[in-house]
Amino acid sequence: MKTIITANGSDVNATLDPRFGRCEFFCILDEETGETEFIENKAKLQSSAAGTTAAETVIEQGVKKVISGDFGPKAKSLLDRFGIQMVILKDEGQIIANVINSITGK
Amino acid sequence: MPRRKSPRKIVAPPVFKGYKPFGSSKVCDGEVELLYEEYEAIKLADYDLMPHHEACHLMGISRATFARIYESARRKIASAFVEAKTIKTVYGNVYFDENWFRCNDCENAFTIPNPRIKRICPVCRSQSIQLMNSTGSTNNK
Repeated sequence: MKTIITANGSDVNATLDPRFGRCEFFCILDEETGETEFIENKAKLQSSAAGTTAAETVIEQGVKKVISGDFGPKAKSLLDRFGIQMVILKDEGQIIANVINSITGK
Repeated sequence: MPRRKSPRKIVAPPVFKGYKPFGSSKVCDGEVELLYEEYEAIKLADYDLMPHHEACHLMGISRATFARIYESARRKIASAFVEAKTIKTVYGNVYFDENWFRCNDCENAFTIPNPRIKRICPVCRSQSIQLMNSTGSTNNK
C-alpha cells in the first residue's frame, strides 16, 4: 500500500510540511518494502486551487493514505470522494524518517 | 418488504441528548424520540433559513423526503410541547459529512473513508479511537 507524506525537502531528513496543497515535496512511501520516492509538488506556486491540483497528483499516484499537517476544504472533499485516508499529525516539525518509522511500526 | 431507506447526511449531531419540560402542572410522562435527521432538517430549514430544495441536496435526499422528515420533526416537537413530554435525540438513519477520528493515545487525527479499513489509528495502531463529531467539536484538525 502506498502512502504520501508531505515534505519540506527531497530526502528523509526533511521535516513534515504542515500544508498539503502548497507543500514542497511529496514523499511516496511503499509501506510493505519501506521504499521512498520524492516528487515535487507542481501546485505549490499556484495562486489558487493548489489543494485541488495536489489532490489530483495524489489520486494519479494511486495512494491510499496521505499524511500532512492540515488539509484545505477543497482537498478534503476531493480526497474523501476518492476514498483516500487523510491523517493529520499533531507534531508538525517531525522528520520524515520518524514519521515513516511510526507508521511502518519499526 | 419496503424499500430500504437511503441514509441521510448530516453535518454534525446535536450537541445535547434531549430536552425536558420544567414547572409542568401535571406529571410529565413519556418521551418523544427526535431522530438526528429530523434535528438536522429543523436546523437547516428554520435555523439556517435554507429553502427546502437546497437543504435536501445537503442531506443527500430528495425534496419530498426532506419535507417529510421536516414535517415529522415539527409534529414531534409540537406534541412534546403540548403534552409536556421529554424530547430525546436518537441516532436514526444518518451518516456524517466528515468522518474524522482522533486517536486517544497519540492524539493524531485521521479519516476512515472506507468502512472496510480497520478501525485503528494509522500512526500508532491503537484501537482506542473516537469520532470527533461525537464530542461536538467543530475543529477539523
